[in-house]
Amino acid sequence: MDTATLPADARPRLSPHYVFRWEESQSAFILLYPEGLIKLNPSAGAVLERCDGARTVAAIVAELQAAFPAQAAEIADGVRAFVDLACDKGWLRAA
Amino acid sequence: MPKESHGLETHGLRLDGQGKPLWLSLELTYRCPLKCTWCNNPLDFEDYAAKELSTEEWKQVLRDAREIGALQLGFTGGEPLQRADLEELVACADGLGFYTNLITSGIGLNEERLLALKAAGLKQIQLSLQSTRADMTDALVGARAHAHKLEAARLIKAHGFPMVLNMPVFRHNIELIGEMIEWAAGLGVEYIEFANIQYYNWALLNRDELMPTLEQVREAERVVNEWRARLGKAMTIYFVIPDYYEGRPKACMNGWGAIHLTIAPDGVAMPCQEARVIPGLEFESVRDRPLGWIWHESPLFRKYRGLDWLPEPCGSCSEKEKDFGGCRCQAFLLTGDAANTDPACSRSPHHHLVQQAVAGVVAPLRFRKPLIKRAAGAVSTAFMEG
Repeated sequence: MDTATLPADARPRLSPHYVFRWEESQSAFILLYPEGLIKLNPSAGAVLERCDGARTVAAIVAELQAAFPAQAAEIADGVRAFVDLACDKGWLRAA
Repeated sequence: MPKESHGLETHGLRLDGQGKPLWLSLELTYRCPLKCTWCNNPLDFEDYAAKELSTEEWKQVLRDAREIGALQLGFTGGEPLQRADLEELVACADGLGFYTNLITSGIGLNEERLLALKAAGLKQIQLSLQSTRADMTDALVGARAHAHKLEAARLIKAHGFPMVLNMPVFRHNIELIGEMIEWAAGLGVEYIEFANIQYYNWALLNRDELMPTLEQVREAERVVNEWRARLGKAMTIYFVIPDYYEGRPKACMNGWGAIHLTIAPDGVAMPCQEARVIPGLEFESVRDRPLGWIWHESPLFRKYRGLDWLPEPCGSCSEKEKDFGGCRCQAFLLTGDAANTDPACSRSPHHHLVQQAVAGVVAPLRFRKPLIKRAAGAVSTAFMEG
């Protein structure tokens, strides 16, 4: 499937009807939506937590790189790949 | 609803039976104004009206289910709108952190209740619609329902709810699948589910009349694929070839006691909505036992949980982790023993029973047997309780 690449100045936010929150019983962030649920790994959770429609993709990358300076290159690639995937899956929309 | 959870994605969550009841279905009542001939409620549905859990009892179920990790919640029935406390229960569930889904025929849904449900935190509505033609819908459900259902659909979209349109599919309406998709796309429906009906309870009584021909099923599949290509991401279309035709059993409920927990109107906890058709199982009610014990420890939920109990040919089958041996209820209804391999499987020694049923489908019939409509008083077991 073709996955479009979101520009660095796009401001992704959660799609309507999706609920994103911490779930204690799974010790993880989860996404809930009509008749479905997804458990997110810690890095996916850290990205989604910042997809608030205000931060740009570039800002999210910068913020996470500042938090984890040792993994700067991986973070840049990982965030873009995840945001693209999440848009493709319909979890996120680019504002 | 013994089904493959094609709508329930569970990426990264455990499905191995040591897990949590991620999906909770509350059958608030078996009361319903419709008389569908494929209804999966028990034949003696009328006996449950006097035994329905109270508002407070349902709230306790909600709290207990969250304690053991339930996340997705379906309010179903019967017709859940028959309960005047639906809004109160939705609010309670929303406050506890459930994602709340309402599964309804649309009968009884007006703007006032819709607004109240929205205010209570309801997230999604699954609406059933049997055909695109008023006379056919009304005949199929045994009531003047079509116009109400269209109005319900309009209201649901007007108030911004995401909607799953559910069309139960059988011989009479299978050729309307294309029309239904076109209509739903025009309304902005996000998800449409073609539920090839499964043959339990009322539907099993009417199986010979309801079951579509293989040609009808293949044509429906072709139409669905055409529309999927045309609509792309605008609409998700669920359509699964029924197990009777495929030679492969369904991964029923993702396995017995794995992720699904259903509570009947009288508080009895079940691994699926049909499980009570299986005789000899010990059912426990939340009125008598803590829900956590029922889910984790009760003999009922442990009986067919996991893979260790599987009979041959399942035990040595390479697909056992994919389908868990199929559906226990279907195994019982067709072979007389719930522990048998589901006869929908081509490797089952009883597969000829399913093949016979499929071979017996000929259309068009010159002389149709009348369908048996869901009706009160048809079957009662209340006398046995003295």
